[in-house]
Formats: sequence, C-alpha cells, structure tokens
Amino acid sequence: MPKDGGIGASTKRREDVRFLTGNGRYTDDINLRGQAYVFFLRSDVAHGKLTSVDTSAAEGMDGVVRIFTGKDFEGVGGMPCGWQVTDKHGQPMQEPGHPVLAQGKVRHVGEPIAAVVAETLAQARDAAEAIVLEIEELPAVINMKEAVKDGAPKVHEELPSNLCYDWGFVEENKEAVNKAFEEAAHVTTLELVNNRLVANPMEPRVAVGDYSRSDGEHTLYTTSQNPHVIRLLMGAFVLGIPEHKLRVVAPDVGGGFGTKIFHYQEEAFCTFAAKACNRPVKWTSSRSEAFMSDAHGRDHVTKIELALDGDNNFTAIRTDTYANMGAYLSTFAPSVPTWLHGTLMAGNYKTPLIYVNVKAVFTNTVPVDAYRGAGRPEATFQLERLVDKAAHELGVDPIKLRRQNFITEFPYATPVAVEYDTGDYFATMDKLEEMADIAGFAARRKESEAKGKLRGFGVNCYIEACGIAPSNLVGQLGARAGLYESATVRVNATGGLVVMTGSHSHGQGHETAFPQVIAEMIGIDASMVEIVHGDTARTPMGMGTYGSRSIAVGGSAMVRATEKIIAKAKKIAGHILEASEGDIELKDGMFSVAGTDKSLAWGDVTLAAYVPHNYPLEDLEPGLEETAFYDPSNFTYPSGAYACEVELDPETGQVTIERFSAADDFGNIINPMIVTGQVHGGLAQGIGQALLENCAYDSDGQLLSASYMDYAMPRASDLPFYDVDHSCQTPCTHNPLGVKGCGEAGAIGSPPAVVNAVLDAMRSGGKDVAHIDMPVTPARVWAAMQG
Amino acid sequence: MTQVKMTVNGKTASGDVEGRTLLAQFLRDDQGLTGTHIGCDTSQCGACVVHVNGQAVKACTMLAIEADGATVDTIEGQANADGSLNVIQQAFQDHHGLQCGFCTPGMVMSAAALLKENPKPTEAEVRHYLDGNICRCTGYHNIVKAIMAASGQDVSAIAAE
Repeated sequence: MPKDGGIGASTKRREDVRFLTGNGRYTDDINLRGQAYVFFLRSDVAHGKLTSVDTSAAEGMDGVVRIFTGKDFEGVGGMPCGWQVTDKHGQPMQEPGHPVLAQGKVRHVGEPIAAVVAETLAQARDAAEAIVLEIEELPAVINMKEAVKDGAPKVHEELPSNLCYDWGFVEENKEAVNKAFEEAAHVTTLELVNNRLVANPMEPRVAVGDYSRSDGEHTLYTTSQNPHVIRLLMGAFVLGIPEHKLRVVAPDVGGGFGTKIFHYQEEAFCTFAAKACNRPVKWTSSRSEAFMSDAHGRDHVTKIELALDGDNNFTAIRTDTYANMGAYLSTFAPSVPTWLHGTLMAGNYKTPLIYVNVKAVFTNTVPVDAYRGAGRPEATFQLERLVDKAAHELGVDPIKLRRQNFITEFPYATPVAVEYDTGDYFATMDKLEEMADIAGFAARRKESEAKGKLRGFGVNCYIEACGIAPSNLVGQLGARAGLYESATVRVNATGGLVVMTGSHSHGQGHETAFPQVIAEMIGIDASMVEIVHGDTARTPMGMGTYGSRSIAVGGSAMVRATEKIIAKAKKIAGHILEASEGDIELKDGMFSVAGTDKSLAWGDVTLAAYVPHNYPLEDLEPGLEETAFYDPSNFTYPSGAYACEVELDPETGQVTIERFSAADDFGNIINPMIVTGQVHGGLAQGIGQALLENCAYDSDGQLLSASYMDYAMPRASDLPFYDVDHSCQTPCTHNPLGVKGCGEAGAIGSPPAVVNAVLDAMRSGGKDVAHIDMPVTPARVWAAMQG
Repeated sequence: MTQVKMTVNGKTASGDVEGRTLLAQFLRDDQGLTGTHIGCDTSQCGACVVHVNGQAVKACTMLAIEADGATVDTIEGQANADGSLNVIQQAFQDHHGLQCGFCTPGMVMSAAALLKENPKPTEAEVRHYLDGNICRCTGYHNIVKAIMAASGQDVSAIAAE
C-alpha cells in the first residue's frame, strides 16, 4: 500500500489551485515597468537574397523606439547548435551560421528579418508594415531527395551541398547486415513518411528581456523548459554575457513538448535589445507566428527492410532515412534522427544485425528539432509498421510474430549500442491482450458492419530510451553539454524543506510529485516540502525537463541530496540522544535509538541544526542544506504494448477511434494519477499524428498549415476515453527510485497501432493495402479504397 | 480612444481603448486579469472563453467596445466567496483535468456554460461542446470526466487513473 502522500499515492496537485483560479504566472502575464514591445517582420518568401531592408519610413512612426536589422547583430554570435554529429566517414557535420536576424539571405518563410521595438505592440506592428524589403527570390529547396541531387540550389552557399551529414550506424556491421539480407528466407520492405508536425503547446512563446544599468545584470523571462541551458547558450555563445550577470527565469510555462527546449532568436533579441534600448523589451508570439518560428518535429522519409529466416525469426534490419533539418540547425536537431532514433532500431526484438543510415538535409523550411519522443516515435513507427507488414505477408498473427522475437534476457546489449537494463515485454503484451478484449473483437466488428462501417484492430509494442542521459556517453556522441541534473535541498529551522531543482515543470506536476518522494524518505507530510524551479538565480545548474528525464534524473539528484540531509540529521540526532549515529533510525519523521524508547522529532533536529547549542560543533558545521548533481549511468527503457480499434466509414474514409488500450512498463511510479495523465496526453498526440496533423509546405516553400484553421489539432470529439495500465513494473536497475519516466511513451507507441488498425479495417472490407502514410485522413483512406 | 465601462466579476471596470482593442486584451492588459489566456489568432482554441451577459464568448473575437455596459465573468471570479474552488474547479482538481493549466480557464468557463444549458450532458455532448476548446496536454480524458463529475453524474465506470 502506498504511504499516504508518499511514493505511489495519487496525490492531488497543489499547482492546480492557481491554474484553476486564473492565478498562474505565465510569461505573458509578466509586465515590467517601462516595457516596450517588439514585433518581428518575418520573411514571406522561402528562399531569397535579402538585398535591402529599408526602415526609413518606419523609423519616424508613432511610438517607435528603435528598429533592428541583421546589421545590428554582425558583432554578435549566431544561434549555436548543441550537438555535433560525426558522419560515417568520421567527418563533422556541416554547420552553417544562424544569425539572430537575417543577414544577406532569407532561408525559410518566417525567418525574422527586422525587429520593431515600440511603445505598444500595435504601433510596432504598424511600423513593421512600413518597412520596405527587397528580396531577390531564389528557387526553394523543399523536397529532401531533390535537395541532395547534384546542381540543387543551396540553402547555404558556403556549404558543399544541402547534405548536413550522412550517418551510418554501426558502420562495421553493414556488410554482415547486407549478407543476412542476401541469405534471408523472406524480406519485407516498407517505404514511409513520418509526417512533419508542429508541437503547438497551448501557450505561445514569449520573451521579456530586461537590463539594469545599475548592476549590469540582464534578466530574461522566457517560456523555456530549461532556463540554465538558455543562460549557457545565450550567454556564452551569442551575447557574451557571463553567467553571473545573466538570470533566466521560466515561470509557469504552458506546455512544451520539446519545442520550448531550444534557444531561439527572439530570446537573444529581447535580451540584447533591453540593454540597447535601456527598457524591458517584450515579445509575445501569435499562433500564426508560432507555426513559422517554433521548431517543427519529425519529417523523415524512410525505407526500412526486415530479413527473416525460414522460421520467422528476425535476422536483420536495414533502414535508410532522409531527415529534414530545415533551414538551420536548431539546438539539438542533429541528435534526433541519429542517437535518439538509430539506437532504438532493435525495438523489443532480438534481431542480431542492424544497420541504420540517416542523411540529414537542409531545406527552405522552419528548423526541425525534438518533439515529444524525439526520434523514438520515428523508430517505433517504422519498426512496428514493418513487423505488422511482415506478419501479413507471412500469414502469421501480428502478436505471435512479435512474441516470437521478443528479447527474453536482461540486461540486453542491442546491436545498436544501447543496453536495456530490464524489461518484460511478455508481461505488457499479456496485460494488453487482457485489456483489449481481443476475444470480443469479432462481435464488435459484426456490430460495426451492421451499421455499414468497417472495424479494424491494430496492435504494436514499443521500447523507448529516455531519462537522458550519461554525460560521458553523450559527449562521445557529439553532445556539447552534460545531461546530469541537480538539486539543492534546504531544510529550514522549523522543519520545512525547499527543493531547488534543475528540473522544470510545464505541466508534469513536479510541485506535487517531487515532495511525495521526500515525504516517503523522511516520513513527514508532503505539504512540508516546497519545490522551486525555473529560475537560474534560485536553482543550481540543471539541464531542464525533456526526454522524460525529470523523475529519473532530477528525482535521483533530489534523492541523493536528501540522503545527505538524512545522514547529517542522524549525526545531529545521535549527538542529542547521546547515541552513536549508527544506532539512529529515522521513521515517520522521528529519530530513535535502536532498541530503546529514546526519540527526537524531525523538527527538533532541524531546529538544532540552526540553533546549535547542544550540537557537535567540533565535528559538524551547523545548518542543514545539501546539493547533489546526478549523472545517470544509462538511459532508462520504458516499454509497452498498445492496441487500437477503429471504425472506418467506407463511403467517406472517415476513421474514428473506438477503443485505445495501453499497457506500459514505467518501472516504479511516484504518482499514478500524474503518470496516467502523461500517457493520455501522449496518446492524443500520437493519434493526432496518425490521423489528423500535418505541417504542409507547397513546392515554393509556402507554409500551407499556419494556423489552427489549417492544421488539425485533435479535439475532444476526435478522441475516446483511453484504457491505460502501468501495473507491469520492472524497476530501473540503475537509479535510486527505480523509475523509468513516462512523459513521451504515449506519443511514441500509439501511431503504429492506429495505422495498423486502419489497414486491418480496410482488409476486412476486401481492400488489402500495404501502407497508407500519416496522417491517415479521410481523403487518403477513400483514395486507397478506390485505387 | 474610447472609454468603455463594464462590470467584471461584479466590479466596475473602465478604461480607454482603441477601436481595435480586443476584450481579451482589455481584460489582460488594462484590468490586469491575466487568467484569460490567448492561445491562437483564429478563434479556435478557446483559452480566452469568458462569459458576457451570461453567454460563453471567446474574448479574442470580441472587441472591448462591444462589451461596453455588459456583465463580464472571468476565471478570476469563479471560486466561492470564501476562496474555495467551486464545483467545476474542484472536479478538475479531483480528476486531474489539467496539466500545464493554459487552456484551463477557458475549459472551466466553457464547462460552466455547458452545465447551465445542459445539466447532465452525456460523454458525446461534452466532447462536442468542447470542439471550441483545445488542450494539448491532457488528451481530454480527464477533462470530460471532470465535467461529467461536476454535473453530479457517476464517473466511477470511466477508466480511472
């Protein structure tokens, strides 16, 4: 039984109170005295030479404070990339410059060209309309395969081509892989697109820059998932501001999903402009602006092949992907199709030979970077669609084929470098079969057919690598940062604790879940623990929240710091109770001497730490505050099995999700209610990718889906109630809580189940189609039914 | 500039606005009531839903001058007089119907309007009503559950946590 309010309790969230009463403090709610507003004039052309930016008419307009262009940033660093990938020849990737405001060329619709700072946003916008641009249009490079052909127009003239890198993994195994394909009894091939998506957290991005001439301190309020990362990148590489003079604050943030990880031009601009103008400068993105300036996600074109022997065992996998980088390298972009995608190509299976090739390509589109799952949805989708296709080609049940090839022993060293610590794929598949009521499907199909609809059942499993990541490992792989996490636990004299964490909550509920851990460790009420996050002035250096890392890495740092607190507290208690520290036990907030009835309350010990009168001062400093930095020794590996049932209307192609079942293994769990909520949200995004969402460009590089009118966000009526289970738990073997993390799994595991279900529905109607690309819209279904 | 005067959460609110000032901007910028959020620019997302003269309205799609003389209710006025969460707000907390909180004010205000017009909505009716409220975090499961629970219906059969 979970301790009341401790680990395993579905404690209600304390942050809800402010959100439900309109008292959240999001970055757009922050208004500084004397602030000016900035409006960015952005390119409406995908590719062109920027020959003139004439601001003369705009300069004199009402309310204009100052207008900035690329010229103002010539002495300033460009936007840095935080990960350098090495190609298959051992050469570093092509790394073009990325200016804060366009210099010489524009390379995607939405690229910021000029920034108008004015007294009001309306005046800034009015003045921007008076800026005259001369852009000599160049042919836009949009299709990736066209982009890497000889003679294709270059997005970056100084680079040899539009190829950022050609990555192969594991290069030494390529020959053996090819040989396995030659000798295979059966080969299944699949070509597919992993559609470009826009993260669209409900809160658009905002930045407020401030500068104090009295102490030379810069402050940036920003909608970021990782304020310290922004401080480091912007301070060290763009603006040349030392850390102790730059404070970055991410207050309440309304969703991130990856897109708020990266350091953006607007952040650097507002920080720079606040000093230049000697006023706070505020930028609030509109939604249309978000579509053309927030990093996009996914956008892979893949061919994948599976080799099987005569007994249906997987003998090899070979996959070739074109991965879109967009016009510039966003902060983590190169790592997503390589180290977060190639290393997942074993999936849940014991395939002995795997080779992954990825060509990353520059195009005249918005930069692409991590979005919920970051590489793992792409890996899972191609693998699980491929396995399903193989099952149908071979006439084998899709679940049986998977089970036959499941990894059975752990730890398991995959042929793509990662080693899974623990897992039990049979358990989650068993659980899923129970949840999905497969036995009842035939009857449900008959009911659907009686209504003139086809019904399909789709299943898949997944593994994912998260809880990122061991610093030395990612360093070898090209990361330019560490991936540890930090926590300072400060105990106050009267017994309350404050945890200053490098993790950041933008919906994940850390303010509720983290105290549960400490409540369990010390045996006090969780309400005595307060979480502080999101402010570089108040928390130790941390890498922030993404990659489902907060509980696994941030939580571990908090545990290590709390262990130090408890160890010191026991020393103090031992002194007061006149016992050796080895005999002191801590249970339910009481220190006692083993085998006696001598005890001391938590609050007495904490008071003694700060009023050290009966205290071992010769051996121990006063105070009770400890810091820990935790660097994980491995990724964590959640896994699971998902099933989807759809109804398909053959006359319109409309698909509805009738049932969705998800059996996940997240290891140990802190707050089941929060975990379930994370899975729900992930499932909605995965279903959205599968059926609805598509970020579309035309061949001239015009962004066709640039608002909620054109980009189909999932609504409540598009989705069912989900059936979610996380009772299968193989605890992580290498972190103190045994947790794996759960934030991205839903988005990683769900698209294949949906597509598999649609194809199954079509087959039941006599239409055997090998694949339909996402989003599986009514138009695409209908066309496939006719063709 | 034009003077507008309206009642917001029971108190008089007045200010000078331009013709083009949206009600959402008047509430947020002039009145400092930042609980009403702006999430899009095509009137789809619903984060800005308020009540004007008892009707649910998207404050991003109404001009401040159109609300002159009106009675406006925003999320800041929804809690009980003693500061405790009202039935809908409490149901959202009980059922984890929010994560980042950004769509939440609009969800609560839409839910209040729905339950006034349809006191015991079915799941399908709730989902349909929320077509004008987008959430990116929750997948809607717990929002729908919370609204049905707030209406007094038994939600124990709905797949729980």
